Amino acid sequence: MGLEAKLTQDGFITTTLDAIISWARKSSVWPMPMGISCCAIEMISAADPKYDLARFGSEVMRFTPRQCDVMIVAGTVTYKMAQVVRRIYDQMPEPKWVIAMGACTSSGGMYRSYSVVQGIDQFLPVDVYTAGCPPRPENLINAVMAIQAKIAKSKARDYPDVPLTDLGVIKN
Amino acid sequence: MQFKELIVEKVKEKFGESLQDVNEFRGDLSLTIHKDKILQLAEFLHNDSELAFTMCKDVTAIDWAVRKNRFTVVYHLLSLKNNFNLRVKANLENEPYTIESVTSVWRSADWYERETYDMYGIVFENHPDLRRMYMPEGFEYYPLRKDFPVLGIPGSLPLPNKTE
Repeated sequence: MGLEAKLTQDGFITTTLDAIISWARKSSVWPMPMGISCCAIEMISAADPKYDLARFGSEVMRFTPRQCDVMIVAGTVTYKMAQVVRRIYDQMPEPKWVIAMGACTSSGGMYRSYSVVQGIDQFLPVDVYTAGCPPRPENLINAVMAIQAKIAKSKARDYPDVPLTDLGVIKN
Repeated sequence: MQFKELIVEKVKEKFGESLQDVNEFRGDLSLTIHKDKILQLAEFLHNDSELAFTMCKDVTAIDWAVRKNRFTVVYHLLSLKNNFNLRVKANLENEPYTIESVTSVWRSADWYERETYDMYGIVFENHPDLRRMYMPEGFEYYPLRKDFPVLGIPGSLPLPNKTE
């Protein structure tokens, strides 16, 4: 990047706080693996050494929502499961993003049925939709890169520090 | 005497007119019994030492989408002793669609009957715990009935509120 060369010359660089925060933020987007059905297998594939999601700083799949930045909703969301997905999403700290992985999650997919939510955007703010049934790991990596591009353009002040009590997640 | 003939003979002798139909299709034997006699038949098939249908593999229903004889409840039984599968049917002619539970004979029928109740709205009388199986409590419809739209009834299942 030429950064090292610059540092040896002057010992400092100038940038904006927004740029440096976004740069730091986008390089370690920890996913919440919301693997509900077959897409989860491809999500696991994406994290394995062959596809290696670690190259993009997203290898740390956390099973507690309190340590996650992006929720990868991988699978068919039924009306019963929708309540659970939303509950977990609510427990993730701000700022947070959502990837709707695969046809079922994005639109109900082949499940044109009374029990399946026809697209999770009915109750979640989705940032990236991924096509495929299931999407290949490359496609999921592409989605993570799209999230990174989105974060890179964001500003720190877009995400005010809201106490958890105001979000209605925890009491007192 | 073949085992099939033995079953039919024994059931006919015990239940007479209540045995409405005997049908064999591709080697599978089906008995149609009057719905009031289902529990007695279940007890008989289970307790008879020769027949010994000790396992209930499935309970389900058919919606014929007609006004009369709308539902048929279907039981799949297995005699481990004789390695024989038997299908028992009972027609529910008109409302209310109720039938006696066979849970007292086969414990495995418990969840099958709950599922059938959940999907078709058929009430199994004297069932120990007849709650919904898949659909949430308070849901007012029965999804596998033919008059239920495939995409459901909008607003009948709650979704979380949309985030701002």
